[in-house]
Amino acid sequence: MSTDTIVSLPDQSTARIPKVNFLNKENGLLSWLLTGDHKRIAILYLISITFFFFIGGALAGLIRLELLTPQSDLMATDTYNKVFTMHGVIMIFFFLVPSVPATLGNFLIPLMLGAKDLALPKVNLLSWYLYMAGGILALYTMITGGVDTGWTFTTPLSTHYVNTNVLTTGLAVFVAGFSSIFTGLNFIVTIHKMRAPGMTWFRMPLFVWAHYAASILMVLGTPVLAIAIVLVALERTIGIGVFDPTKGGDPLLFQHLFWFYSHPAVYIMILPGMGVISETISTFSRKRVFGYTAVAFSSVAIAVFGFFVWAHHMFIMGISNYSMLVFSLLTMLVAVPSAIKIFNWAFTLYKGSITFETPMLYTFGFMGLFTIGGLTGVFLGTSGTDIHLTETYFIVAHFHFVMVGGMLMAFLAGIHFWWPKMTGRMYPEKISQLAAVVTFIGFNLTFFPQFILGTLGMPRRYASYPPEFQILNVFSTAGATILGVGYLLPVLYLTWSLKYGAIAGNNPWQATGLEWQTQSPPLTENFLVTPIMDHEAYDYEWLDGQKQKEVASVG
Amino acid sequence: MSDSPVLVHHGEVEIAHEHPHLPYQRHHFETMAQQNDATNFAMWLFLLTEIMFFGGLFTAYLIYRNWYYPAFVAGSHQLNVIWGGINTLVLITSSFTMAMGVWCAETRRQSQLVLCLVLTFILGLGFLGIKTIEYKEKIEKHHVPGFHYSLQSFLNPDSDKEAKAAGDKPMALDMARHTEVYFSLYFAMTGMHALHMIIGIGILGFMILRARAGGYTTGHITFVENFGLYWHFVDIVWIFLFPLLYLISRHAQ
Amino acid sequence: MSHISPIIWQFLVKWMTNFPLFPPEASTIAPQMDALYFFMVLVSLIGLTLVILLVTSFSILYSKKRHPVAVQIEGSTLLEATWTIIPLGLFLVMFVWGALIYFRVYTPPANAMNIYVVGKQWMWKAEHPGGQHEINALHVPVGRAVQLTLISQDVFHSFSIPAFRVKREAIPGRYTTVWFEATMPGTYHLFCTQYCGTDHSHMVGDVVVMTPEDFKKWLSSSTSGASLAQNGERLFASLSCAACHNARPDARGPSLANVYGSRLSLSSGGTVLADDAYLRESILNPSQHITQGYAPIMPTYQGQVSEEGVIALVEYIKNLNSDYRVQQTTNTTDMLPQSEGKAAVAGQNSAGQNAAAQKSAGQKPAGQGMVKP
Repeated sequence: MSTDTIVSLPDQSTARIPKVNFLNKENGLLSWLLTGDHKRIAILYLISITFFFFIGGALAGLIRLELLTPQSDLMATDTYNKVFTMHGVIMIFFFLVPSVPATLGNFLIPLMLGAKDLALPKVNLLSWYLYMAGGILALYTMITGGVDTGWTFTTPLSTHYVNTNVLTTGLAVFVAGFSSIFTGLNFIVTIHKMRAPGMTWFRMPLFVWAHYAASILMVLGTPVLAIAIVLVALERTIGIGVFDPTKGGDPLLFQHLFWFYSHPAVYIMILPGMGVISETISTFSRKRVFGYTAVAFSSVAIAVFGFFVWAHHMFIMGISNYSMLVFSLLTMLVAVPSAIKIFNWAFTLYKGSITFETPMLYTFGFMGLFTIGGLTGVFLGTSGTDIHLTETYFIVAHFHFVMVGGMLMAFLAGIHFWWPKMTGRMYPEKISQLAAVVTFIGFNLTFFPQFILGTLGMPRRYASYPPEFQILNVFSTAGATILGVGYLLPVLYLTWSLKYGAIAGNNPWQATGLEWQTQSPPLTENFLVTPIMDHEAYDYEWLDGQKQKEVASVG
Repeated sequence: MSDSPVLVHHGEVEIAHEHPHLPYQRHHFETMAQQNDATNFAMWLFLLTEIMFFGGLFTAYLIYRNWYYPAFVAGSHQLNVIWGGINTLVLITSSFTMAMGVWCAETRRQSQLVLCLVLTFILGLGFLGIKTIEYKEKIEKHHVPGFHYSLQSFLNPDSDKEAKAAGDKPMALDMARHTEVYFSLYFAMTGMHALHMIIGIGILGFMILRARAGGYTTGHITFVENFGLYWHFVDIVWIFLFPLLYLISRHAQ
Repeated sequence: MSHISPIIWQFLVKWMTNFPLFPPEASTIAPQMDALYFFMVLVSLIGLTLVILLVTSFSILYSKKRHPVAVQIEGSTLLEATWTIIPLGLFLVMFVWGALIYFRVYTPPANAMNIYVVGKQWMWKAEHPGGQHEINALHVPVGRAVQLTLISQDVFHSFSIPAFRVKREAIPGRYTTVWFEATMPGTYHLFCTQYCGTDHSHMVGDVVVMTPEDFKKWLSSSTSGASLAQNGERLFASLSCAACHNARPDARGPSLANVYGSRLSLSSGGTVLADDAYLRESILNPSQHITQGYAPIMPTYQGQVSEEGVIALVEYIKNLNSDYRVQQTTNTTDMLPQSEGKAAVAGQNSAGQNAAAQKSAGQKPAGQGMVKP
């Protein structure tokens, strides 16, 4: 065994993919479309999410191309507005919110808990259909003229002043919202009721804890978005006056309802990513996560505090000074658990035995970029500096550092890490390491200049801008090109590896989670015998003991 | 068998393992108790999301009622408390028949279960019917928010039967306009409630067919139980809606 | 070198050596906000460096090559407490510091000069008290506190001057305020930063900061003949406001002289400060703002007066120190045929009003509150 990797693969000349697994148990399109198997649904999600990611990515490419020059010359301002709106809608509701939970969470939570499936398999399938229905509706909207309200659907702009497909987009988001509610609900029930014997709450992997926290947010936050959208739709169609200032309604009420969901939504997006990082960092440093309980509780703390900070999106909108004080203070409090997590992950490396496979590279990328994203969030949560920085490219850069630099890096880390479990085959290591590095460089080049642009005052959602901002925009667009390459590479080599990748065996990373103790790809019912959890999470000594026993029994 | 029960398998092993499952036990649950637990828990969580959904509406209601109290009072005078009261009774009765239905399913009384479900179904339809009558009144008086909204009943209460009966005084135009906010919320809240009723009645129809075929008298009643929870929830929402929308000014002065 | 594309040449020579990295500091608040900004940048850099240092040094020290067997460590309460309390402390410092600046930006000094700004798709209209109008531009003097009272006529807009570090949303249906004191003459960007529809990115303009002398010159050269308050007075007359608000003993509405800035008791109970927002609300939604002792008979003017009209009225009422002028306008309106609209009234000058006042001298009221110092 080489000393710079932990990968241990079975002898490639004799190894085969297990004859019976969830992928080949049944064949035919119908067996996929009517499946109740959480793993198959996860694969369905993975394919559809990738599709939407590249549509959203293409729109991002158009945005960056338009911003190459100060004038709005590639497209009319109207078209530009539609492009960034659809970029936001697709990336947030059809990529970021379902990304890690619906693919990796769906695939892994039952495996990690030692269950045969999620508690409600039919609801799980339903949530995929809802997601697809919403997604197709969103695409239909885009093709038939688009929508230009911005993904925030700000009233009264969205209710009275634009003439585009607000209703269908709203419906798309509404339907996708139910998909998200059902996923979250399913996870909570599964985590409460489906744990294997011995799997106590504090033996659960941190991935599960993070999903539990995110699920609470999904279940309690999303309905409020749903009702806000219903009211917008009613106001647009029959003209009720709940948000209409000319009738005595208050447009700020919409802001409150919208951000009551949409702020927790950023934690819905980032928490599952944090769960992935906890798994990878432990596996590739061969150590139990430093301060397991602190990391677990910080997830829950983020979920709880996350519900009470929404009005920090409204500091300059004329909320009272006192609510500003409360919401700014709570925002500071919600920043602390993230800091705790970062330091705990860093100290997990201490006295570990670290290797640098692709998932670990993405993990390091996550830690750097998320630290920047989180710290710049404090600039915006601080009421004074928020006045200058909000609604500029600073905020664009901030949430892209968190969402793309954080969540997408975590998503890619997770996809690479569990790829052998999902498909039974390894991805090619060298080129994927290259992709990780390219992504990191491209990302920083794209989004770091935007912090400076924002400090200079360049407003977001502008199709044209003063010429002195051009040079930084050129950097950003150049970076986006590199970033695009970085994202295309995994699609290519991961597809390649489906056929040509090395056979992975049960546990290529020598990881401790229950999901690694069964075959890859797993059986439809995950385990032959319901496992009994008799050790703590991330117990590498237990794993060594297992290996020795195995050698003894085989030898 | 090794000391650790977590099995690490290499190679291919056929599934030869079967649980002695009851016919209605889903394959991925270990025991029936676990299955019932999980589905009940899921239903409660779902009701929690419903509370958040209506919570948004109730928040809006609270704010505007505080701001435009006179308009809300005048608006509520336009509602028919008799019809509303009858509807409340109808819904409470339907909750009772639904609860009886759950009990019948528990005790495996098939014909009585069907009867209970049919009664609930009819009472649900009755509620919607009465609601339709009420909506029709509003439509006739142009109290549906939007382009045709009419302020007549509030500016000139003597011309309006309900307003006159309640002894309303003519309102200032600006406050009268805010009655539109009241009716916006009235239609949004009762409309969302009615939508839940319609969905519930649809499911009830399906359940009646299944119950006739003996689907719920085999001892597996989770579906009936959970639907009962849903039905009671919709009922409870109305229990809040009725006083908030109909009885705004009818407390002791 | 001649083969190089001119665009690339321009890129290399002109742009790469000349682009801004930090906005100018052109207001009194800017250096204060920048101090906090750089404090936060410093803290962030230290934090980021710490994380990078930890990760890289551990990665080198404990790579599998150097450190083949990991040592299991459970955690450390002391360390956990450290990285909970230190960030929390730093964040709290930022919170307090930031809140102080926030209060400063949104609490105008009493002597500030007020300019009204109306946002609409897709332009900014500024109304100076002297009656000067500007579109997508704002002229202000250096060294003088300027308060902006913002409102939107349609959707949310946001008034942003990066060089001053101030920004405030213009919201339909309510006034918001922000203030600044410019410190450096020059021309600065004015942006709408809240997405407001098709031409959002064209809703930009210039803020021109001038020396006090230049500003005076500008004011006198761009006057429209009547001050904002005078416009308000004409509107006051044409809407027949003085029919009730005339301070006569039998007046049906309260006197408006000196009402601005005072505390009023409402008939619904409680008191309220009569500020710009209150005046606006009582014109548009009068029945909720009835002063104690008066009947709720005032009609609403919602839909009859534009936001600019309301601003003119508010400005007029603000500057109303005596009932004398009101009573003059009363008499004027008595002369006017009802059908004549606002335009006709706007055409009249104050001389005409005086002449009209003479004709109905018999209506002159008893001296009560006629001229106040």
